[in-house]
Amino acid sequence: MARIGVFICHCGENIGRTVDCPAVAAAAARMPGVVHSVDYKYMCSDPGQQMIKKAIVEKKLTGVVVGACSPRMHERTFRAAAAEAGLNPFLLEMANLREHCSWVHSDQAAATQKAIDLVRVMVAKARRDRALRPIRVPVEPTALVVGGGIAGIQAALDIAAGGKKVVLVERGPSIGGHMARLSETFPTLDCSQCILTPRMVEAASHPNITLMTYSEVESVEGFVGNFTVTVRRKARYVDPAKCTGCGDCFNKCPLKKIPNEFDAGLGMRRAIYVPFPQAVPNKPVIDAAHCTMLQKGKCGLCAKVCPRGAIDYKDQDRLEKIKVGAVVLATGFQLWDHAAYGEYGGGRYQDVIDGFAFERLASASGPTGGRIKRPSDGVEPKTVVFLSCCGSRDDKAGKKYCSKICCMYTAKHAMLYRHKVHDGRAVVFYMDVRAAGKGYEEFVRRAIEADGAEYVRGRVSRITRRKDGTLVVRGADTLAGRPVTIEADLVVLADAVVPRSGSEKLAQLFGVGYDQDGFYSEAHPKLRPVETAAAGVFLAGACQAPKDIPESVSQASASAAKVLGLFAKPELEREPIIARVNRTTCAHCRACISACPYGATRDFDVLDRAGKVLRTVAEVNEGLCQGCGTCAAVCRSHSVDLDGFTGEQIHAELSALL
Amino acid sequence: MKTLGYYPGCSLSGGGIELDLSVRALAKTAGVDLREIEDWNCCGASAAHSLDHSLAVALPFRVLALAESQGLAEVLAPCAACFSRLKGTQVRLARNPELNRRMAELVERPYQGGVRILNINEFIAALLKDGLAEKLTRKLGLKAVAYYGCLLSRGEDIVTGDDAEDPQGMEAALRAAGCEVLSWNASNECCGGGFSMSKTGSVLDLSQAILDEARAAGADLVVTGCPMCHSNLDMRQLELVKRRRVPGALPILYLSELLGLAAGLEPGALGLDRHFIESRQLVRGGA
Amino acid sequence: MNMSEPKEHPVAKAVRETAGVVLAECYQCGKCTAGCPMARYMDLSPNQVMRLAQAGDAAALERLLGSEALWYCAGCLTCAQRCPRQLDPAAVMDVLREMAHRQGKIPAAARKILAFHKAFLATVEWGGRMAEIPLVMRYKMNSLDLFSDALLGPAMLAKRKLPLLPHRIRGRGEVRRIFEKCRKGTRP
Repeated sequence: MARIGVFICHCGENIGRTVDCPAVAAAAARMPGVVHSVDYKYMCSDPGQQMIKKAIVEKKLTGVVVGACSPRMHERTFRAAAAEAGLNPFLLEMANLREHCSWVHSDQAAATQKAIDLVRVMVAKARRDRALRPIRVPVEPTALVVGGGIAGIQAALDIAAGGKKVVLVERGPSIGGHMARLSETFPTLDCSQCILTPRMVEAASHPNITLMTYSEVESVEGFVGNFTVTVRRKARYVDPAKCTGCGDCFNKCPLKKIPNEFDAGLGMRRAIYVPFPQAVPNKPVIDAAHCTMLQKGKCGLCAKVCPRGAIDYKDQDRLEKIKVGAVVLATGFQLWDHAAYGEYGGGRYQDVIDGFAFERLASASGPTGGRIKRPSDGVEPKTVVFLSCCGSRDDKAGKKYCSKICCMYTAKHAMLYRHKVHDGRAVVFYMDVRAAGKGYEEFVRRAIEADGAEYVRGRVSRITRRKDGTLVVRGADTLAGRPVTIEADLVVLADAVVPRSGSEKLAQLFGVGYDQDGFYSEAHPKLRPVETAAAGVFLAGACQAPKDIPESVSQASASAAKVLGLFAKPELEREPIIARVNRTTCAHCRACISACPYGATRDFDVLDRAGKVLRTVAEVNEGLCQGCGTCAAVCRSHSVDLDGFTGEQIHAELSALL
Repeated sequence: MKTLGYYPGCSLSGGGIELDLSVRALAKTAGVDLREIEDWNCCGASAAHSLDHSLAVALPFRVLALAESQGLAEVLAPCAACFSRLKGTQVRLARNPELNRRMAELVERPYQGGVRILNINEFIAALLKDGLAEKLTRKLGLKAVAYYGCLLSRGEDIVTGDDAEDPQGMEAALRAAGCEVLSWNASNECCGGGFSMSKTGSVLDLSQAILDEARAAGADLVVTGCPMCHSNLDMRQLELVKRRRVPGALPILYLSELLGLAAGLEPGALGLDRHFIESRQLVRGGA
Repeated sequence: MNMSEPKEHPVAKAVRETAGVVLAECYQCGKCTAGCPMARYMDLSPNQVMRLAQAGDAAALERLLGSEALWYCAGCLTCAQRCPRQLDPAAVMDVLREMAHRQGKIPAAARKILAFHKAFLATVEWGGRMAEIPLVMRYKMNSLDLFSDALLGPAMLAKRKLPLLPHRIRGRGEVRRIFEKCRKGTRP
């Protein structure tokens, strides 16, 4: 005999203002199977939960219906309360009286009637609930980190330090990301590589970390705790086992003028190359698109000079499958292409550069040895103009959002320039200065007050180039109310931060959402910043939104904590809302096997005691099944049913409504 | 003989007469019959939109209504300002049916939106595609800069199919006429527009800057499509020369004059004899 | 009923209704000022005009409607072309200038400019098209700027760039009626 308890929540004013909760409780009391029905201001609060627990015990309830917010909010809360009172948690249902009722209607009488109907439906379902036990699946305690920048490195180190194995996959030939390209970091002006390279080395040598550089994720199968990821190990044409990193090969390569991506095109590399001297692993790769041997079958100098015979022109991409239990996406960002701004030269002026190019100029290990020089003629610029917000906060030609880091790195660039060129003039055109981090405001004031950077508030309308190479910058001083024209030798544009190319495709492989700008979607912007809607997949760094190094590192450690939490138990508990096949009635038509989007249904042989196959039927893999119910819908013999949402229950719900 | 509606605008019978002469001559050479809108009125130019927002729409509205009622599906407006006013009005009417209703009442004429307005660059590009290119027998061999000014480069939905920051609407025509087209920094800078008499100083400043850029690029001449720009750069250049604000005289030609020369027409027939800055030497010296 | 709609002051309303510009969207970046060819002559820079219009109070209006800046706008559309919020400061200038004109607030430096516009429109109202000689005569008389460009007239005549007899269109009555209706009509 069903003994259902109904608890109607006011949710403060959220439900109570539109729905007459006492009336709903009163109506519920008269529904068949209901022996207890009350309403209360905040069911999810401690007293509210106590009410439920008390009633379960005192009234010997066999099921509970809570009419309140969306189950996505508090189903877990109420089920936990039920379990504590000794009632199987899957005998508790929620009727959504908020998102589905009070929040979307304003007519109180109609809303109240709808609330009563919703409760009646869930009571009908609850009467037919069966106790279910959670499913346990094993967890592979290995993590995959995609992206070898500072965020990926930090996440890998933290997970490894927690005693778990990590595979770190990086698309480029070396880990290090953008941080390896910076000269000095704000607000401390630490040498970027000096603080980064120890971590890079640690990541490479840590016993728990497996580095897969020059590799990309090709495909993903499985689910939380049990992913199978196929990684494409791109052909390096250099055997890392034999290579010692001596450098004879790239010193001899005759192709010397390939623009080095690491140096923003300001420096050159060879066809066989290491992207920068501090690369980890310090083993070269061959750029097949440019290599004469790989393109035309001529040359082969590097193989001839290699003392270890490490060059292998016959190398091919390999696909490697790895099993992991959790994933951290740390694919980072790149800069928006300012060619979209015709008024700034449309990308045609050599001496109008972006922030990374300036970093390479300023960097001691960069293509100019740390001397600021104009890309066009190598002359030291005496006036450098910096433009903030280039492409950011622009509804028309760029991105609507603020890129967060540019105010700080622009101040830093102005300072670095002034440190290196004492008689030089640094002018910064800004709209607002966003310096909210620790020590950031002081840093910007230092740039202006101690290092003489001239800050002018106003956006620049036009940059033109005279025949003699001078750049004429037409900006404004909005505070003084006048236009300002500066003749500059070099212009640095703070281009907007955008996600790395290819990030959308990667997100699709993992089932992670992204917004209109391609940034990965966190599960909740306030309270769940490193989780995604895909269980077991976490985020770290700028792939989620523009952010600086301290924030990236924090997020990386946070996602590592989530991973370690996932790995803390050898088994994962899954909700038992899965499909179940009745082996007696199953006709083995295999419609469910074709229909399942998760590949969770398979053939199963029913054996007799001797081990002979009696017949074959369909079977559901508890670990893979997501409870979508597609199989139940296509089964012609009604042999498949969904625990927690049986055909009988759905039928009862509809009957209660109609 | 293809027929094209024609809206000369007020300045083409006065200060911009060269534009009218050269457009008509070019049309004749290309076999296009220009049919002037009967009884057309002034588009309002700068004065109307500067003082009265209703008048600024009503005056062009009457022109559009006339063109439509006279069966002119396409109308050429060589003056950049007239083009901008007429097409700009069309765009506003298309976005706002209530405005159309109000104007129809005010002007006492209906307009259904069925007229296409062409500017001088679009007109000449179309002529070239339709066979004028073969008639350009005199290769001028001049170094030219294309000056679009404001209204042949900007205006959302008014100037279409071109890059407002790096307009290219004249370049193909200039090349077809045998000119070397130089890139320069002032292709879409303002000349001061209608301030020629009422704030002459600004026109002198702005025109000087444009001429300086043209000279810096190495140009033999500046090619333009707007009578105000032409007047500011040509008529006012005399004063700049006299006051030594520019080192020498730089001829200013309308695109239609240049194409006319390339088609072998006589400078006098095109109006070159009426310029303030002598420009007939361009063909005597040309290839 | 949406209680959270912001209150719109009269200037913002006029600008939105006539020019289609929502002043609240301007974040004062100054790109309009930076690209304006006439900004160097203006008493208020274009971004200041937008800011004062945003503020919209009596003191702001007094500065705005009495400013020379409104009259020096050349309508070149550089501001509208480059504004990152896709606003049109030139259109805002038009609305404010019309307000200033109707309220009779003309700064001394703008008298010549107003005289030119009025002379232009007077000839259009009379004959349906602009007529150069009547325009110049009227302009010179109203601005009292009798002697500048004095040599240009004969030069234009000699080059046959000055029509002697102004053309009067058949529909000049229609045009006159348009002018009358507009004079009586809606104010921004």
